[in-house]
Amino acid sequence: MDFFQQQGKNAIENMRSLGRSALILWHAALWLPVSVERYRLLLRQLYRVGVLSLLIVAVSGLFIGMVLGLQGFNTLSRFGAEQALGQMVALSLVRELGPVVTALLFAGRAGSALTAEIGLMKATEQLASMEMIGIDPLHRVVAPRLWAGFISMPLLAAVFSVIGVYGGQLVGVNLLGLDHGSYWSNMQSAVDFYDDVVNGIIKSLVFGVLVTWIAVYQGYNARPTAAGIGESTTRTVVFSSLAVLGVDFLLTAVMFGD
Amino acid sequence: MQAKHLEIAVGLFLVVGFFAFVVIAIQVSGLNRDYNSDSYQLTARFSNVGGLQAGAKASSAGVTIGRVKTIHLDSDDYEAVVTLAIDARVDFLTIDSIAAIQTAGVLGEQYISISIGGDEEVLVDGDEIEDTASAIVLEELIGKVMASFSK
Repeated sequence: MDFFQQQGKNAIENMRSLGRSALILWHAALWLPVSVERYRLLLRQLYRVGVLSLLIVAVSGLFIGMVLGLQGFNTLSRFGAEQALGQMVALSLVRELGPVVTALLFAGRAGSALTAEIGLMKATEQLASMEMIGIDPLHRVVAPRLWAGFISMPLLAAVFSVIGVYGGQLVGVNLLGLDHGSYWSNMQSAVDFYDDVVNGIIKSLVFGVLVTWIAVYQGYNARPTAAGIGESTTRTVVFSSLAVLGVDFLLTAVMFGD
Repeated sequence: MQAKHLEIAVGLFLVVGFFAFVVIAIQVSGLNRDYNSDSYQLTARFSNVGGLQAGAKASSAGVTIGRVKTIHLDSDDYEAVVTLAIDARVDFLTIDSIAAIQTAGVLGEQYISISIGGDEEVLVDGDEIEDTASAIVLEELIGKVMASFSK
């Protein structure tokens, strides 16, 4: 009997936290940076979530592009199809690696910081004090961070893909001696704007919402102790990585499955 | 001063991000080829276009002079009608030019190669290239060779 009671308790608790997180998302989505004050809040979060993640995303993009160039060239040259390197690099990046790897990096770089920050605000009762003086912490603290994540993620993914494509060119064309023209023309004829690029952007948008949502919720719901903040931060990275990979499969199946 | 730094950094981030979108759209997916406004259209009929696709290049002497815009099947004589958008600067294609579907490499992408003839008259917008050579379909070729061996 205890076993069943435990299961029921867990299920109710899970549903409850899902509902709470949906409410957070709903409240934040209605918050739009229309006034000067809101704009300033959003600006600060965009800096911390977006600008500070730019370097790690750019460097990772470069290396992933270079690795794709090397691996792709080695494999393709066995079939005498080195010319297809451009399309291989670009399609892998635009469709999959750009959104997914950026989202994973974003979860580690920005998501964990968001959780820790909001968790600490909760532990030191800053959120409670805000409520006391009549400021809604969902609007003041949570919403700007969510919006900053929604805006930053697609931009970061685009930067990642572009730098990756140039990284692939660096290795394939400049190092291994593939023809510059065939690298780009094969890429351009293979990559379709609507099928590949727009779907990649949709993916990165979805991942941005997922990662920031999880991060903010975990921070807002952290146990207000030092250990609790640590747990929540870990959960943010683990949950958002798993969510990104799982949802990526679903999205890929829907977009490219047929 | 602090706020100004912040605004500059965020502004740069947004510009870099949108610039990356533009690069993906134009450079990586080759979207700009649709906006090549200075062009005129020619049609050509082929009995078989093989793997030719819209967006493939049209070239003369190896120089790209245009793109394949659409391909559709004629309902009267069941031939493939290919519409080409040719760069307006290339206004010297003679009416006896020959359009042939060729393959870049053995298994590469297919494109249209236009050999310019020696006639005085040139093709203008809406004209049709009369002389065409269809795609060589590798499988058909192999089939023929196999058939001739088995005789």
